[in-house]
Amino acid sequence: MSRPAFSVRKYLRSGLKLPFCPGCGCYTVINCFLRAIYELGHDDLSGFVFCSGIGCAAWIPSPYFDADSVHTPHGRAIPVATGIKLARPELSVVVFGGDGDIAGIGCGHLIHAARRNADITVIMVNNMVYGMTGGQVAPTTPLGARTTTTPMGSFERPLDVARVVAACGANYSARWTTAHREELVQAFERALTGRGFRFVEVVSQCPTNFGRRLGMDAKAMLEWFRKAAVPVEEAAKMGPEVLRDRIVVGVFADRDEPGLLDRLREAYGR
Amino acid sequence: MPKSYLWQGNVACVEGAIAAGCRFFAGYPITPANEISEHMAKRMPEVGGIFIQMEDEMASLAAVIGASWAGLKAMTATSGPGFSLMQELIGYAFFTETPCVIVNVMRVGPSTGQATRAAQGDLMQARWGTHGDYEAVVLAPNSPQEMFDLTARAFDISERLRTPVVVLSDEVVGHMYENVVVPDEVKTSERPRPEKGRMEFFGPEEVPPMPRLGDGFKVPVTGSTHDEKGIRFTRDPEVHRRLIKRLVGKIRSHAKELWDWEVKGHAEGPLDVAFISFGSVSRSVEEAIDVLNSEGLKVAGLRLKTLWPFPEGPVVEIASKSKFIIVPELNMGQLVREVERASAGRAQVVGYSKVGGGELPTPEELADFALGLVRR
Repeated sequence: MSRPAFSVRKYLRSGLKLPFCPGCGCYTVINCFLRAIYELGHDDLSGFVFCSGIGCAAWIPSPYFDADSVHTPHGRAIPVATGIKLARPELSVVVFGGDGDIAGIGCGHLIHAARRNADITVIMVNNMVYGMTGGQVAPTTPLGARTTTTPMGSFERPLDVARVVAACGANYSARWTTAHREELVQAFERALTGRGFRFVEVVSQCPTNFGRRLGMDAKAMLEWFRKAAVPVEEAAKMGPEVLRDRIVVGVFADRDEPGLLDRLREAYGR
Repeated sequence: MPKSYLWQGNVACVEGAIAAGCRFFAGYPITPANEISEHMAKRMPEVGGIFIQMEDEMASLAAVIGASWAGLKAMTATSGPGFSLMQELIGYAFFTETPCVIVNVMRVGPSTGQATRAAQGDLMQARWGTHGDYEAVVLAPNSPQEMFDLTARAFDISERLRTPVVVLSDEVVGHMYENVVVPDEVKTSERPRPEKGRMEFFGPEEVPPMPRLGDGFKVPVTGSTHDEKGIRFTRDPEVHRRLIKRLVGKIRSHAKELWDWEVKGHAEGPLDVAFISFGSVSRSVEEAIDVLNSEGLKVAGLRLKTLWPFPEGPVVEIASKSKFIIVPELNMGQLVREVERASAGRAQVVGYSKVGGGELPTPEELADFALGLVRR
């Protein structure tokens, strides 16, 4: 018997309408993520628990995925997910969040979950602003970019989140953009398998609250991502000034070190 | 046969939790609650549980909430500064009906205050600390024995009502060594579980069944206003009203069975003076009562073992037969306000505040204060 073709609808809770603006990158993230789920052989989301915090990207799984989901306070999805995984190691625990949620208010949790190699998957949708609250400057906003709270342009440097996570010891860390759909599917497949902390940063367009202020619609933003993207291997040969306006994409860490659960079981003699 | 142990209050707290079925602990170092974490780190592996030290207090309570949804009885412990940080997640636990226990071994505040000294300044924070409408359940031990008993009871209440419960201890009680009798059986409850196929986990019953994550119920848990199925629903104010009335109502309707107190001294009225106190201070009160009774006064002491919901019944009862009520506490006057409100003019309520250095009012100090009032 052949397997039914991939359908996003199959994994979504019925009777609900997705809340995202037209042109939002979250649609691409949902499509690519569920495609990865399908490619891994899952016909439904049983065995998965999704956690998210506050922000547009936090709405990706909750309540729309037809699965258990825990929608936590702002920034706290990662420690909630860690608690779930420790209590029920047989479940696959996946966190979705925006850059503000994961790398702003929740940055301490992100770093420590990567350090302890907690056996969870974190997908950070980086739209470079606080989109849901109107487009304020974020820890990921490019230097000089105009936002509602940096009307003269951002005067702070952005955080290189995927590289930070790799440096903290995560088993897997990658960055792609919504203009890299195939690579995203592959990255999600890798992030959903194996042990330890697995992280995918998706640079994504917010035409409503970022693109509009840059004079770009969704299409123009995707074109920007495509042109600005530079593979991590090539970026290694480029200077910081050249890289300032580029988006470094690719895999920053891919290893198979013992995860938190392995270490805990070893310590506990279980 | 019940066994007896010489235990520190903080150690007794851990043993009470384990006896009640606690199998997950997440915490962050803070004085004077550290012995709870340290003893948990040793004991959790022994009883098949999990201990983890998180990066801060928000993460600690977050992990506890995650573990609770994954099916384990879970707890954290902290002191004032950490308790402040936990407030957002206490509100989340209340609103998502997540059973969990939070122990606060109080120290002097505000801010860093005096880390190693007892205080009772978090009484009102324990009631009103998180934002929005809620009802808190807060228990107050005054001995290592009660660190055991009331921590176990906190789990029982938390599971039965699907709500967070706070054990409000203090540095004196947490660090004191005394004999603790461990009963053969500790009363415990398990949260109600749903029948297969059920989709309502947030109503309509007063305490709806709670599914375990991963068991196929596809439960959406959210800190936003939600309907009975857990779906965020903010368009219709009635949905919020229904939800919050049920959540607040389930605590209020059980208030009388949650109240726990103890009366010492003269059982019958009329009384010259009654003391109302909780925690470490109540130990000085007990001796002050003896001193005053030997002076020929009629004196009793009401000790509150439940702080919230506020035990109005016993407070009104003792106020009705007392001329003066003295409320000694290690803060600038918190319990006294609640006693004034509840006693509603039945007795003259006088506060006695002592703060700083973790010094309790001595029995003599309290007796002199009472004599001064009566013989004025």
